Amino acid sequence: MRGAKSAKWVAGAIVVAMAATACGGGSGDEGKKSPSGKPEGYVSIDVGEPQKPLIPADTNESLGSYVIQSLFTQLLDFDSKGEIVYTNAESVTTTDSKTWTVKLKSGWKFHNGEAVTAQSYVDAWNWYANVKNQQQNSFWFSDIAGYADVHPEKGEPKADKMSGLKVVDDTTFTITLTEKVPYFNYKLGYATFAPLPKVFYDDPKAFGKKPIGNGPYKFEKWTHKKLIQVAANPDYQGPNKAKNKGIQFKNYATVEAAYQDVVSGNLDIIRQVGPTDLPKYKQDLGEGAIEQPYAAIQTLVPAFYTSTFKDMDPKVRQGLSMAIDRETITKTVLNSTRTPATSFVPPQVKGNQDLGTDVFTYNPAKAKQLVTEGGGVPGNKVLIQYNSDGGHKEWVTAVCESIRNATGVDCVGDAKPDFATDLEARDNDQVKSMYRGGWVADYPVNVNFIKELYHSGAEANNGRFKNAAIDKMMAEADKANSLEESVKGYQEVEKKLLEEMPAIPLWYYRINGGHGKGVDNVEVDFHGDLELTGVTVK
Amino acid sequence: MGRYVARRLLQMIPVFIGSTFLIFAMMYALPGDPVRALMGDQAFDPAVLEAKRHELGLDLPLWQQYVNYLTGLLQGDFGTEIGSGRPISEIIGQAFPVSVRLTLFAFAFTVIVGIGLGIVAGLRPESVRDRGLLGLTLVLISMPSFVLGYLMQYLFAFQLGLTTPTVQDSESFGDLFLPAIVLGSLSLAYVARLTRTSMAENLRADYMRTAVAKGLPRRRIVGVHLMRNSLIPVVTFLGTDIGNLMAGAIVTEGIFNVQGVGDAIYEALFRREGATVVGIASLIVLVYLLASLLVDLLYAVLDPRIRYA
Repeated sequence: MRGAKSAKWVAGAIVVAMAATACGGGSGDEGKKSPSGKPEGYVSIDVGEPQKPLIPADTNESLGSYVIQSLFTQLLDFDSKGEIVYTNAESVTTTDSKTWTVKLKSGWKFHNGEAVTAQSYVDAWNWYANVKNQQQNSFWFSDIAGYADVHPEKGEPKADKMSGLKVVDDTTFTITLTEKVPYFNYKLGYATFAPLPKVFYDDPKAFGKKPIGNGPYKFEKWTHKKLIQVAANPDYQGPNKAKNKGIQFKNYATVEAAYQDVVSGNLDIIRQVGPTDLPKYKQDLGEGAIEQPYAAIQTLVPAFYTSTFKDMDPKVRQGLSMAIDRETITKTVLNSTRTPATSFVPPQVKGNQDLGTDVFTYNPAKAKQLVTEGGGVPGNKVLIQYNSDGGHKEWVTAVCESIRNATGVDCVGDAKPDFATDLEARDNDQVKSMYRGGWVADYPVNVNFIKELYHSGAEANNGRFKNAAIDKMMAEADKANSLEESVKGYQEVEKKLLEEMPAIPLWYYRINGGHGKGVDNVEVDFHGDLELTGVTVK
Repeated sequence: MGRYVARRLLQMIPVFIGSTFLIFAMMYALPGDPVRALMGDQAFDPAVLEAKRHELGLDLPLWQQYVNYLTGLLQGDFGTEIGSGRPISEIIGQAFPVSVRLTLFAFAFTVIVGIGLGIVAGLRPESVRDRGLLGLTLVLISMPSFVLGYLMQYLFAFQLGLTTPTVQDSESFGDLFLPAIVLGSLSLAYVARLTRTSMAENLRADYMRTAVAKGLPRRRIVGVHLMRNSLIPVVTFLGTDIGNLMAGAIVTEGIFNVQGVGDAIYEALFRREGATVVGIASLIVLVYLLASLLVDLLYAVLDPRIRYA
């Protein structure tokens, strides 16, 4: 008897609670506000909590840079083809690739009303570059003359201003570089080169929590681990003026949860659909499904300090490359989220070329022949190091299978529990054989995919590939007077890379995201970010 | 009784220090450097890295780092997160209330429904409804929580449209209803089974026969004599379960996008934010300790034969 009674009571409680829940959903619809409290005309996207406070030169992970790019505008930007579009600058010119003159558009203002002047840029860059301020992206300023004074390798800085930066008048300043960098203007599109208002210097820490920029959106609020909200800046004069009223960057614990919300209409845009939902997302989202390649590449990087790769004939690496069936793996294992690579430089990048080679084509017979001709792999075994938290296990297994079948060289995955551990092994030269490398374009020129990865002195050259001839070719290409010449020079370098194979390119990334029925005009830029300013609300 | 409580509370201090040190040492031993991990795949400047490590005291030996941490903790300072520069107390202050709500909700669900079902079945062992309960709980126990989570999400949000698929506002009880049920259902199965077995067993006890022979009303026999004795193992289980619910909600919090402790500790671990992990973990240790103290005290209430010196 008693039991029956309590069961009834529980059932009653459930009914009441259900009614309460359903009610909450219903009233939300009527108020033309989603249950999340999104203001009308705003667009929501699954961009999680930035790792760090929002200071332009201290952020290079994608979550933070999404927000930074909505709040700050640099001198220039790129269109989807990778061509320069001037935003805050009227022009950026040079005659010798060494001294650059920047003319700003006049009348630009920060969100607090302060005018954006040449001084705003010069002061900001000097602050960013100063070693005392510990900015993560400070090395981006190392081309500028006087960088060594504000950012010595050891000890205190000798100066707080770089000699290479000179203010001419309110809207003009010049940048002198230590050496010629023909593609320097392309670097200026990186978020790090943003200007700062005067209030920043009073308290950088507080500023990072409530940034004031010059971009298409104004900062509104930041509820940690939940959302960041920015509102359209009505006074914005750049070409990328916001077509919506604002953006909500919402934090999701998993991509699956975000996906569920896009499907049900509680979220407008998802940046990347998780592997479990990939097979059905096009059906679920219809016209909202986004599938587009962008300038990023996945490679297998041999560690040249290991006994396996130390004195290896490059032919063997070419053979290994031909032993990988990129077509099948991208289609089946990776659900067509990648495009097979045909060079070291992705197509969206200036200088991408047809290398006219079969090194990237699957050919088991020739693969085996090349490996044998080159003297084989020492120990007849390679390992591929990867981080098991990033969904790489499946394709690593498939690539290994492909190599084993084609060449008879044994291949196994070397899993590290997470990205931090993976990076540590790379930094400390503890990679056992090869590692999984990835690179997203910072600026759309082939230099970014060649010099930053395969120059002997490059920080990201974790395979420790060293080749004096190639270093020299890069130095030559940097001496060019025009961008075109320099890009050509690097194209020659790329041809040389093909002979040496400092890495085995696998595939270019694709973005597989989507948006709900509430929004339209969602475009992807060259490095795979969604262009939020152009999104319209239906 | 008072002395017993005081002694138990004093015992917590070494346990607390020991467990924080263990977690601290484990975080230290983990490969991967939090400052380096901030830089990601792209290029960076080692000088900046060094300067940052030095500023945060990460270049000190383990014992010194721990002493620094503990001194801070004694002054009520949980430290600062390396990446975001936010005080850890703020992060904890945000995640804990959410998880506490979720836990209480799940806990209430477990207690009410679990014990209720257990009583219904336990009073008539081997009957149809008893078999039914055993079957139902077997399904719940063997079903991984993510399966149940997605199933509920599918049913209630997509098919019936009663709720949103994920939690929009971690502070609203209506939103937390579904995740709380998913979270509580595993414990519910255990609680129901424990109650059922313990009641079925005690039904045959001597004191029950005596009570029936004395001609006591059935309500009193079941409510006071049978229930009190049968609940001891259930209470023991529930006590440890509070901590489990709080710490073990990672999967459920993930599916329903609840920004609670599970989510916070997972992210902190992932980013090697040692101080955050230690802070949250030690608070969970405290919850465990307090819950088990509460359980021990409840024994005396349930069974007067248990007395504390």
